[in-house]
Amino acid sequence: MAKLTIDDLKKIKDNYKATMTVRDGGSRAKVTVHMGTCGITAGARKVMEALLDEISKNNITDTIVTTSGCAGFCSKEPMVTVELLGSSPVKYITMDEDKMRKVVKEHLLGGKIVEDCALVAGNESSY
Amino acid sequence: MENYRASVMLCGGTGCMAGDSLKIKDAFTDELNKRGLSHEINVVITGCNGFCAQGPVMTVYPDDIFYEKVKVADVPLIIEEHFIKGRPVEKLMYKELAKKSAIPLMKDIPFFSLQVLRALRNKGLIDPEKIEEYIARDGYMAAAKALNEMTPEQVIDEMKRSGLRGRGGAGFPTGLKWELSAKVKGGEKFIICNGDEGDPGAFMDRSIMEGDPHVVLEGMLIGARAIGASKGYIYVRAEYPLAVQRLQIAIDQAKEFGLLGDNILGSGFNFDIEIYQGAGAFVCGEATALMRSIEGKRGMPRPKFWRSAVKGLWDKPTVLNNVETFANIPQIILNGASWYTSLGTEKSTGTKVFALSGAINNIGLIEVPMGIPLSKIIYDIGGGVPKGRKFKAVQLGGPSGGCIPESLIDTPVTFEDIVKTGAIIGSGGMVVMNDLNCMVSVSKFFLEFTTEESCGKCPPCRIGNTVLQDLLEKITKGEGEEGDIELIEDISHEIIKTSLCGLGQTSPNPVLTSIRYFRSEFEEHAGDKWCRTGVCKDLCTFYIEEEKCKACGACKRVCPQKAIIGEKKVPHRIDQSLCVQCRSCYTVCKFDSVKIGPRAMRDQLLEQWVSDSGKTVAMAGKEE
Repeated sequence: MAKLTIDDLKKIKDNYKATMTVRDGGSRAKVTVHMGTCGITAGARKVMEALLDEISKNNITDTIVTTSGCAGFCSKEPMVTVELLGSSPVKYITMDEDKMRKVVKEHLLGGKIVEDCALVAGNESSY
Repeated sequence: MENYRASVMLCGGTGCMAGDSLKIKDAFTDELNKRGLSHEINVVITGCNGFCAQGPVMTVYPDDIFYEKVKVADVPLIIEEHFIKGRPVEKLMYKELAKKSAIPLMKDIPFFSLQVLRALRNKGLIDPEKIEEYIARDGYMAAAKALNEMTPEQVIDEMKRSGLRGRGGAGFPTGLKWELSAKVKGGEKFIICNGDEGDPGAFMDRSIMEGDPHVVLEGMLIGARAIGASKGYIYVRAEYPLAVQRLQIAIDQAKEFGLLGDNILGSGFNFDIEIYQGAGAFVCGEATALMRSIEGKRGMPRPKFWRSAVKGLWDKPTVLNNVETFANIPQIILNGASWYTSLGTEKSTGTKVFALSGAINNIGLIEVPMGIPLSKIIYDIGGGVPKGRKFKAVQLGGPSGGCIPESLIDTPVTFEDIVKTGAIIGSGGMVVMNDLNCMVSVSKFFLEFTTEESCGKCPPCRIGNTVLQDLLEKITKGEGEEGDIELIEDISHEIIKTSLCGLGQTSPNPVLTSIRYFRSEFEEHAGDKWCRTGVCKDLCTFYIEEEKCKACGACKRVCPQKAIIGEKKVPHRIDQSLCVQCRSCYTVCKFDSVKIGPRAMRDQLLEQWVSDSGKTVAMAGKEE
């Protein structure tokens, strides 16, 4: 790939901002599995597998599935963040395969937050 | 059409009209006018909502909050709370819905609301293996600015004005370090990222390297530009495989994008980064030992006749900063020094990341403004001590730090204030201890660690720490003598004064602060042969206070030795010949009837037991 100029950098920024956010990316939802060392040790890979399995089983095509690092609440890992278009992201804690499947069915498809394993809704303050 | 920020959909069905919903509408209009909100909030009368039984009802959009049985008198409250303060009025919310919103918002949970994310701003938000996602969050914009719009002097000036101090522990001003190196004219220079995080209970740097590797690269790139380095190393321990993997992916991507390599972003500046994996020796976190390790030599520190910034790796000017320090740099360049100093105190600016662990409810990684009191971190963000136990101390700074007791819990977290307590901020490990922790044992644990990790080059550290450890071992074994504690203090001061590097110069800090704040506990160990927490097994006797015992049988069930004797309704008793001091009965008892006495009690109780039952007994457990 050719060398990046500052304009290229800005273009990438604008393009990817769209695909990363639910609102601008044309997706209906985004699911993030937090896979830092803490998350992986606590079983995030199994959670990810269950998520991908449910996504393909249910033929879900309008959802961004992605991984990220530690969400900060290491004692409550594995953690998953689900963001539906137009709502605040919801953080789920101490997830396992069954809970992940339930979250896909009830929250991602049904639009209803699974309260048993939801910790909090909203975005963290950063500035 | 006007753009309203919220709409009140007030039900105008027959049921609600009978409940005065039109008067409610007038009240809203009046009140909104009075408060100058009429152009922001729209009030609409709708058709029947269908939920007539709870009328008058209304829905607020876009919040989607449903209020029931609204009265004219409620209107000012709704406007004040909901529209001005942004807090839906719970008592008017439909009960079922109110229950449904049981999931709190981040602003309502102190764990989230008291944090300010700067170094961790991409925490959990981006895919660390995609450079594009980092770029989408303003990634490499600061590098572009530093490379094309700023001179190296301006970059250094910005850093100096930001007041950023090294986040690895020593707190040396980053801008000053850069300036020292930049002033050396000509020749090859290096920049190193210290990712050799080794304190027990610390995982801040690992999380940044794993979760946001590009921020480290960008910080290094800016630093390299400022001092004129063409080559950078990230020194990361091999025990962090995921960090190594993600950093490598990040470096490869940055090279592919031309953000590392030659003529970066058309600026004519060349810079490259290589990962160097350490074998996990704690001393290699020390700057000069780390540089020797990269040179392929045994990781040992050198005397600091000269600064590494002037003569470091391969005797070239070298700047070494910690992972978290680098993670702060792009934001400082992008937003300016005054933005950075808007948080924190005069001498400790910005934010600091801490790894909260130990006896605390919310174990995890947090970022808080400098100057926040320790108590806020422990009780509000950390959620306090679990299982109803009592807070005893918080350990800061790992093997170089110390334990801060409850009496100093309101100490503001700044470099200066924490040092006054005898601890240090260090890299940011924060281990909370409860009343089950024995301070002598905790001191011994840290000394065992430093003794093990001492490189052996200088005798004060190599021999001094071993002697300290032996003394503590002796005290916890019940062989303590008068003068032992004073001897520990004496030796500690000598080690601090005469050791070659930071490892030795700080290694007695944990034991010294523990003696300073918990001296009576040391005296009990050495003099009374009593460990009141029951951790030192040779210094305690577990017994049941019969007046307090409710004979519930809880202790009897958990005792692995079947050493507890007692029927229902008969106060229980511990058979001292079988007890192995495992503390299970003590932690399970809800009536505070299991007590821990000095070792000598055991013989008394045993004699009494023998005379009561008329038998001789063999002792269980270790006997010396």
